[in-house]
Amino acid sequence: MPRVGVFVCWCGSNIGGVLDCPALARAAATFPGVVYATDYQYMCSDPGQKLIAEAIKEHRLDRVVVAACSPRLHEDTFREVLARAGLNPYLLEMTNLREHCSWVHAGEKELAQAKALSLIRRAVAKALRLTPLHPGRVKITRRCLVIGGGIAGIQAALDVADAGIEVVLVEREPSLGGKMVLLDKTFPTLDCSACISTPKMAAVAKHPLIRLYTYAEVEKVEGSLGNYRVTIRQKARYVDHTKCTGCGTCWEKCPVKVPDELNFRLSTRPAIYLPFPQAVPSKPVIDARHCRQLTKGKCGVCQKVCPAGAIDYTQQDSLHEEEVGAIIVATGFDLFPWEKAYGEYGYGRYPDVITGLAFERLVNASGPTGGRIVRPSDGREPRTVVFVHCVGSRDELKGREYCSRICCMYTAKHAHQVKERLPEAKVYVFYIDIRTFGKGYEEFYRRVQDEGVIYLRGRVSKIYQEGDKLIVKGADTLLGEPVTIAADLVVLATGVVPARGAEELARTLGISTDKDGFFQEAHPKLRPVETHTAGIFLAGACQGPKDIPDTVSQASAAAAKAVGLLLREEIEVSPLVAWVNQALCTGCLHCQVVCPYQAIEVVTEGGRRRARVKEELCQGCGSCTVACRPGAMELKGFSNEQILAEVEALCR
Amino acid sequence: MSVKEWEPKIVAFLCHWCSYAAADLAGVSRFSYPPNVRIIRVPCSSRVNPQFVLRAFAEGADGVLVAGCHLGDCHYVKGNYYARRRLWVLQRLLEFVGMEPARFQVHWISGAEGAKFAETIKEMVDKVRILGPNRLFQEVKDICVG
Ligand SMILES: Cc1cc2nc3c(=O)[nH]c(=O)nc-3n(C[C@H](O)[C@H](O)[C@H](O)COP(=O)(O)OP(=O)(O)OC[C@H]3O[C@@H](n4cnc5c(N)ncnc54)[C@H](O)[C@@H]3O)c2cc1C
Ligand code: SF4
Ligand code: SF4
Ligand code: FES
Repeated sequence: MPRVGVFVCWCGSNIGGVLDCPALARAAATFPGVVYATDYQYMCSDPGQKLIAEAIKEHRLDRVVVAACSPRLHEDTFREVLARAGLNPYLLEMTNLREHCSWVHAGEKELAQAKALSLIRRAVAKALRLTPLHPGRVKITRRCLVIGGGIAGIQAALDVADAGIEVVLVEREPSLGGKMVLLDKTFPTLDCSACISTPKMAAVAKHPLIRLYTYAEVEKVEGSLGNYRVTIRQKARYVDHTKCTGCGTCWEKCPVKVPDELNFRLSTRPAIYLPFPQAVPSKPVIDARHCRQLTKGKCGVCQKVCPAGAIDYTQQDSLHEEEVGAIIVATGFDLFPWEKAYGEYGYGRYPDVITGLAFERLVNASGPTGGRIVRPSDGREPRTVVFVHCVGSRDELKGREYCSRICCMYTAKHAHQVKERLPEAKVYVFYIDIRTFGKGYEEFYRRVQDEGVIYLRGRVSKIYQEGDKLIVKGADTLLGEPVTIAADLVVLATGVVPARGAEELARTLGISTDKDGFFQEAHPKLRPVETHTAGIFLAGACQGPKDIPDTVSQASAAAAKAVGLLLREEIEVSPLVAWVNQALCTGCLHCQVVCPYQAIEVVTEGGRRRARVKEELCQGCGSCTVACRPGAMELKGFSNEQILAEVEALCR
Repeated sequence: MSVKEWEPKIVAFLCHWCSYAAADLAGVSRFSYPPNVRIIRVPCSSRVNPQFVLRAFAEGADGVLVAGCHLGDCHYVKGNYYARRRLWVLQRLLEFVGMEPARFQVHWISGAEGAKFAETIKEMVDKVRILGPNRLFQEVKDICVG
């Protein structure tokens, strides 16, 4: 039989003024299992703590009940007292006489006294069933994986590496940069996007602590917090980057011309190519789908002209293993595929109906037109330009329910750019609401209106071609009138959706996605860069639509979290976790389905399937214990037996 | 036991992160409520096994309260959704066997809602007081346990 000691605290007059503490101690001394009970003015004070420690030794106590204030305040304090007295700290049970009794029942002393005794009886009942628990310890691999090399991934990688921690950065495209490097200028300050992002890309390539994989994807992730084993697939580039000097002879001589997807097919590129001039790494890849040598077996021009002998048509995909302790996911976004949904805007049939990102390429000095705003169909400068907001956003019928956050502002920027380059042009913007939440954003929007851009509140119902004009039919809901505009160019502010493949990546990593497919943060307010899977963090638009300032802040926050974790030698994990009674488990895995943290795995032994809890991942919610029918799943510190004993004690 | 002496006995399962914190806040703010409630702390409302509720009634509780974070705010993200589903089924079952719905209540009370906690207890105690002692499970227990 365990030897329980009960310590009733007066908390000065907070408890002692309402409850008769000596009487409580006397009554508690008669409870089964209690070998010692006493009361004292302030249990949490130094002398109070000493009193407990000495009683533990003197009366050989092996369970301690402290009847005082909320365990949310002082559980750690008293656990330390137990530890100092040589007892396992988890052999403590507190009961809350102050917040839950004396402070709220001061007017009914008699009933309060009875309740207090009942609360102590509960604590003793639980204490009798406590077992020693030991926090787990995990050693940490001091390296960080960053997935995605847009501005979010770049910023996070630089921050982590600057803290002295090795980084493995994986980008699936041939170059770093993401969307930002494709943009011309950035709202609201209109600084040149490439000028502020390419130096960061170069810094990544130069950093001695960053190992960069481009044209590569994460294929498998094993392990857990502190120790992940990652398999990376390096796609075949057919160019040996250890030999290539990036001289450019090959892409000048390649005879193939394919529409350039980065320029929305407004220009062409060769089959061996650099995605854009400032690409990092500044070495080419061969697009195997279009290379004549690789598809038809004849050509070989690049191999002949390469002065470094770097071309290798036989190159294969290769797999690489990396060990890391933390992962930052920064896979960004894609644009809503409007061509599939918006028949009334022509399903992408009209060449002069383009997206905002295509417009960025048009106005970009390093884009296909050298920065001239022209119609893709005939190369003429437009005289009337119509912008349409919320294409695929805030449209439950055809698109997504949510607001994409960036489109109001990038459209204002585009409208300004049209006015700047073509002052004579008429510019109309159809909007539903204008959202200018950021620093300097509202001012920018005002400025654009002052420049003569006409904002019309209403949706566009139809766009069709008539001669060389695009007829835009919409409504001005403020005037309550239909509007028809004959435009030369229409730019759609297409919404933000999760990057292609995000769902698969979530499964590979064991993290969850929200209802829209963006990665789910651990808490919407208080843990915005963590995921529910310990050791995996989020940065940038992969967590939800974001502009660059928000993306960069979140990336630095994720880096700080990762660094905070990785600077530790080892981590302690709470012992209040679930465990499976292997004898009772039937292997039904009902528990696995409900676990919010993917903390339950299957083990097969002697042909029998059973559940096993990965303690380093379990957060101790207890959801699984209720899902388990045979009662095999238990939660340490909150076991079925303990809770039922509490119920019985309280109902007596 | 005379009717006058009888006081409703209510067992409350509160999740550590929200509703237990709300009860603490009610204390700190000195929002008084009837002393008929006895609290059991659980990590999350999803830890509450319907069996615990049934046992409380069988042991003589006149009312049982389960409270957790607001839906969407559970510290463990999905826990209270599981709790809601499980406890809803239990509520229907208890109703079916003839228990008055006021005896078994589920509420979502955040850590900032000390006043709501006190209010919830007051209302529940009032209702259960009107219903009188819970005999239903006593009888069941007498039959089963003999
Ligand atoms: C038309 C337009 C104009 C904009 N203008 C502005 C502006 O003026 N000002 C502003 O503040 N913001 C602007 N934005 C928003 C800005 O583009 C984003 O805030 C920013 O790009 C988000 O960065 P990110 O790194 O999170 O995502 P991305 O830029 O999308 O980068 C993600 C990277 O991850 C890679 N990736 C994806 N999946 C994987 C995978 N599975 N494995 C490996 N790599 C992967 C991608 O290839 C990409 O390189 C604009 C956006 C658009 C569409
Ligand atoms: S629910 Fe229970 S019985 Fe089923 S696998 Fe999990 S622990 Fe085993
Ligand atoms: S206690 Fe919660 S986190 Fe731990 S294994 Fe069970 S369901 Fe998963
Ligand atoms: S933690 Fe409060 S309901 Fe889950």
